[in-house]
Amino acid sequence: MSAIYILWLRELKRYVRSRVQIVVSLGQPLLYLLALGFGLGPVFQKAGSGSYLQFVAPGVVGMTVLFSSVFSGIAMLWDRQFGFLKETLVAPVPRLHIMIGRTFGGATVAMIQGAMILVVCLIAGFRPQHWLAIPFAFLFVALIAVVFAALGTSIGSTIKDMQGFQLIMNFLVMPIFFLSGALFPLSHLPWAMNVITKLDPLSYGVDGLRGALIGQWHFGFVLDISMLGILAAAFLGMGAYMFSRIQI
Amino acid sequence: MIRVENLVKTFDGFTAVQGVTFEVAKGEIFAFLGPNGAGKTTTIKMLTTLLRPTSGTMEIDGLDPTTKQKEARQRFGIVFQDPSLDNEQTAYENMELHGVLYHVPRKLRAERTERLLTLFELWDRRNDYVKLFSGGMKRRLEIARGFLHTPKILFLDEPTLGLDPQSRNQLWTHVKHLNETEQTTVFLTTHYMDEAARVAHRIAIIDHGRVVAQGTVAELKQQTNSDSLEGAFLALTGSSLRDEGATSADRMRQVAQIWRR
Repeated sequence: MSAIYILWLRELKRYVRSRVQIVVSLGQPLLYLLALGFGLGPVFQKAGSGSYLQFVAPGVVGMTVLFSSVFSGIAMLWDRQFGFLKETLVAPVPRLHIMIGRTFGGATVAMIQGAMILVVCLIAGFRPQHWLAIPFAFLFVALIAVVFAALGTSIGSTIKDMQGFQLIMNFLVMPIFFLSGALFPLSHLPWAMNVITKLDPLSYGVDGLRGALIGQWHFGFVLDISMLGILAAAFLGMGAYMFSRIQI
Repeated sequence: MIRVENLVKTFDGFTAVQGVTFEVAKGEIFAFLGPNGAGKTTTIKMLTTLLRPTSGTMEIDGLDPTTKQKEARQRFGIVFQDPSLDNEQTAYENMELHGVLYHVPRKLRAERTERLLTLFELWDRRNDYVKLFSGGMKRRLEIARGFLHTPKILFLDEPTLGLDPQSRNQLWTHVKHLNETEQTTVFLTTHYMDEAARVAHRIAIIDHGRVVAQGTVAELKQQTNSDSLEGAFLALTGSSLRDEGATSADRMRQVAQIWRR
């Protein structure tokens, strides 16, 4: 158990110490929030869909958690290159503990990032339906963080170089973000798009966040929470398996 | 303390280690010498549970590392050929993390960390990030860390690669000292024959995956009629050059340097 804790703590320490990275990683969501929130706002309003800032803020929180948690798993690439991974792999502790410590460390960091961007949203003028909606929304933030940190661990256990990293970013992470309904409503989509968005794990996370924060549900609470729960279990299982197979 | 018999490792048709047999006694400093690609690191990886042998038997303090992984891991420490520190943490935190992973009780952890960091002249720098350390300091920290959980065996895979003579000299002095005071068995590989001649009680020379000779320095010199260990080494392994391809890790490290700063 102490191995899980010390590796979890390591992820947190690394995060707190990389101040530049914190600012950098908040830059992109901020751009989406402000440029799209205020840029598309008037069109969205004219279409009769209300405030776009209100709509997009939960999506931007979901995006932040997605990026941050997947990155934390892929950061294993650096530990592999700088050798630290080996130190943990020859230690007399089950690999599963190492994997859990790392993954939950990454998920915790992603939750902190999510909380920070939510504060930024509030400053920018976003208003949840009720203040109690915020702790409710954190249920979804936590689930998104675990789902994608576990996915990140699976990917991080497999890729060995920078090319692999870029491949994953362009063909997995960006599509997951763009097709999740973070930026647009999921209703009245062409059917192909409709199918794809339903296959995207983040769709359920963003829907849960939006439901919790502003009361707009597309799939509904039960479907969101059960999909995310199943995916979290499945990805954790996959991550554990992939991690157990790492060879150095 | 270490017993290896007919150890074989094959990678996709290429045999890296072909039937290696040797024994290392308790408290001994044993040097494993050989040209690049001879199978030194592969053997260490098998002994330290990182690779499964294709065939053959191994024993570490009476335990088979392939079946009793966890127990075996608790008994040895390893300093890898390339660094394995966490650059983003301080020297002390690296020791702490290692101590926790190896189940060293808190009080003992603090005591040994202080003793080892002092011995390796890093105590004053304990709260500095490892990324600020020189190559020699990093190596010292890794070796100090390897001793932290009082292992019965310490594996050192080319620990002095790229260090200046002063650092190398000091490093071996400490390793010898700990070998004597803590009765740690040391299994090392190096390309510097003078180091092996100086610290090792016994030496095995490996080439093309086979042990070609073993014994004390004097025995090896006598066997080959050479007046130095280096002469004996060249007589046994020939003087043709061995080239190794860059591993994906080497290539990545170059890219990483460009990316990081």
